[in-house]
Amino acid sequence: MADEAKGGGELSFHPMDQFIVKPLFGDGPVGLFTITNVTLWMALTVLCIIGLFVLGTRSRAIVPSRTQSVAELGYGFIYKMVEDVSGKDGVKYFPYIMTLFLFIVFSNFLGLLPRSFTTTSHIAVTAVMAMGVFLFVTILGFVKHGAGFLSLFWISSAPLALRPILALIEVISYFVRPVSHSIRLAGNMMAGHAVIKVFASFAPLVLISTGVGLVVTPLSILAITAIYALEVLVSFIQAYVFAILTCVYLKDALHPHH
Amino acid sequence: MEGDIVEMGKYIGAGLACTGMGGAAVGVGHVVGNYLSGALRNPSAAAGQTATMFIGIAFSEALGIFSFLVALLLMFAV
Repeated sequence: MADEAKGGGELSFHPMDQFIVKPLFGDGPVGLFTITNVTLWMALTVLCIIGLFVLGTRSRAIVPSRTQSVAELGYGFIYKMVEDVSGKDGVKYFPYIMTLFLFIVFSNFLGLLPRSFTTTSHIAVTAVMAMGVFLFVTILGFVKHGAGFLSLFWISSAPLALRPILALIEVISYFVRPVSHSIRLAGNMMAGHAVIKVFASFAPLVLISTGVGLVVTPLSILAITAIYALEVLVSFIQAYVFAILTCVYLKDALHPHH
Repeated sequence: MEGDIVEMGKYIGAGLACTGMGGAAVGVGHVVGNYLSGALRNPSAAAGQTATMFIGIAFSEALGIFSFLVALLLMFAV
């Protein structure tokens, strides 16, 4: 990042610059089929997933290699989560949740590499996934239960006078789901990376004014290290939260009766 | 002059929107704190409730993220 700043002839840069979508070849406008840095990093994400699982399951040894242990650990972790949260009949939809989790966790981790691009920091990317989950869950609910799916909004354990008001709240919260589902992931990734870059813009201060810089530069580098460690944790937790909320929505679709 | 006031309003609004993050902090702290106090009372039941804790964190955190989003919209979109 310091090289980038020096190349620009000054030491400051905007913390949101890292989220700009630009074409990979040339500087033409970004169209529907332009190959951009988003395309590159999504492709790398998919390649990493394929690499982990194809290499990991190639030998299928009784005593697993390191790659195989990671693949088995990930598989078992998500399988158990789906089984615990959405029940036995939710296991049928395990491949979908596993795919979502792997894509998110790998693009979050790849986004932590310096000079890389975090595809999940764009609401356009996460909104597609969240809308996919929302449509899938809604259609599944209506296919499985027909009009009975609407009993999700009619809470029969509440007093009768309260039920219409609760139904209204439930309907609103149902339609806010895709919004919060997508913005939670994108917002977390964007905010974390922006904070790292804000501290990174304080780091080269020692080159400008030695007096203040001698104090601020080590502090900001320490802060970058600490926030980076936090971001590794957040990357995993947000992927986990996205997957677990998908399971919760799936459970609502499979068992709408309260 | 008018542009300056609009610009000032944007920055003040974005700053005010950040107070929402405090609410999310209180919420997440409350969820985790209660989980921990329950887990220490009955450690054998704690492992089964970790997923529930994360769901609770996610719901209360979402509102903090919304305030961040409002700040971003004010800064870059309005």
